Amino acid sequence: MTLLSLFGVGKQFSNGTQALRDLSFCVNQGAFVSLLGPSGCGKSTALRLTAGLLAPDTGTVDFPSSRPETGFVFQEPTLMPWADALTNVRLPLDLKSVRRDEANARAAVVLARVGLGGFERALPRELSGGMKMRVSLARALVAQPQLLLLDEPFAALDEITRAQLGDDLLRLWQEDGLTILFVTHSVSESAYLSQRVLVLSQRPGTITADIALPGARDARLSPATIEAQRTISTALNGAIAA
Amino acid sequence: MTRALDIAFPLALAALVLGAWEWAIHHWQVPHYVLPAPSAIAQALCANFASLMASLGSTLWVTLQAFAAATLLGVATAIGFTQSRLLERTLYPYAVILQVTPVVAIAPLILIWVGFDHINLALVIVATIVAFFPILAGATLGLKSADFNLLDLARLHGASRLQVLWRIRLPTALPYLLSGMKTAGGLALIGAVVAEFVAGSGTATGLAWRIVESGNRLEIATLFAALALLALAGVVIFAALSLLEWALLRRWHESAISE
Ligand SMILES: Nc1ncnc2c1ncn2[C@@H]1O[C@H](COP(=O)(O)OP(=O)(O)OP(=O)(O)O)[C@@H](O)[C@H]1O
Ligand SMILES: [Mg+2]
Repeated sequence: MTLLSLFGVGKQFSNGTQALRDLSFCVNQGAFVSLLGPSGCGKSTALRLTAGLLAPDTGTVDFPSSRPETGFVFQEPTLMPWADALTNVRLPLDLKSVRRDEANARAAVVLARVGLGGFERALPRELSGGMKMRVSLARALVAQPQLLLLDEPFAALDEITRAQLGDDLLRLWQEDGLTILFVTHSVSESAYLSQRVLVLSQRPGTITADIALPGARDARLSPATIEAQRTISTALNGAIAA
Repeated sequence: MTRALDIAFPLALAALVLGAWEWAIHHWQVPHYVLPAPSAIAQALCANFASLMASLGSTLWVTLQAFAAATLLGVATAIGFTQSRLLERTLYPYAVILQVTPVVAIAPLILIWVGFDHINLALVIVATIVAFFPILAGATLGLKSADFNLLDLARLHGASRLQVLWRIRLPTALPYLLSGMKTAGGLALIGAVVAEFVAGSGTATGLAWRIVESGNRLEIATLFAALALLALAGVVIFAALSLLEWALLRRWHESAISE
């Protein structure tokens, strides 16, 4: 079942930069889709259009059912520095005026799920970069979204933390039946995590390859994953050369 | 340790200067109506203690009211600015004009308009005008400094303007506002003094008037005592606001974290 579809989407910023041109793709319910492309090709723009934070100049962003509850994770943790982890995670619930005790309970549960049980009262400055990213992920999950949009969430992290967070993300995806649109510039990350990779061309971005990946890639360095990396790399090189 | 030195060194300097001052007065036999010795100033302070304290209270009361009014008006105006670009465009030039016009020049007008039977109100208005701008500038900058991504996130979750203001913009603005308030605290005192000077004889009862009066009577020691109290009041205001800033920011803001 299609959860969201972009059709012929174009976006030009007021300074004249054409970020996207004729971008079309569909995402099925429950899918884990990566959006891969060279820097500046319009990946973040596509994600913000999908979230409804930007309006397209041409084309449509369509949700066949109603617009789903959406979680968003930015490249930076983007936390409120004055608020502790629990309050940060609770923000989406506070904005929906969920009762305080219920919101606290739900936020605490999600914090535990991302591996930060016991850090409810910690302020952002007392957390490491990886922990801050986990808080950000927990905040995106707390309102029980159907759709999770991630904009290079692990780009600023070290290799080990990044691998751990990737595995945690996979687990959450499986447990919650989420639909994930994952922006990344890492071929290996997209090959390991996602079921499908959309490769964007250079600016103005449009889809140049739509790669479905085989189901069983149970390890980062399994032959199937390596093979997927090769396919994606070839497509990406084609996109950059074009 | 360093904190103790922060206090010890300035105090040592004060003792040194006062000592030298005292000695110089006696050594060169300087007349008391030109420059009184510190001991004479202390005597004047003790002799006029009750009336000087009453004057101090009067000036501080004007200062406090003006500071509170400037804070409320400044924050309210800044909020208005962030909610309406049109409002900001329209009003900001006037805020600047109010800021750059010397308040001594408009104080007589304000006194006349408000009337000498409401002298206290007039003094408060003058001091408020002096203290208003740093609050407005600090709060406006602070409210506009909210993280764009955080604002987007709020929008994604359907936040109302009021929610954005309360949960994101105001907390972001707090450090900027407090910094503006520290400047405004001193300015409110200066504004109160200027207003008292302009208001002149018989009407005002604050420290500034005591300075004028003592000067006219050549009671220079009393003048210095009033001056010292004024300086002390300024320092206390600044210290109190610094303490407030520290209390509110020490947990999260870089400026107040000492490690
Ligand atoms: N608000 C804006 N105003 C003007 N131009 C913009 C704006 N936002 C993005 N752009 C431009 O649009 C293009 C696409 O930007 P976008 O942030 O979507 O790229 P990206 O693919 O996410 O890049 P990266 O991988 O480096 O994050 C860039 O050339 C950028 O300069
Ligand atoms: Mg980007």
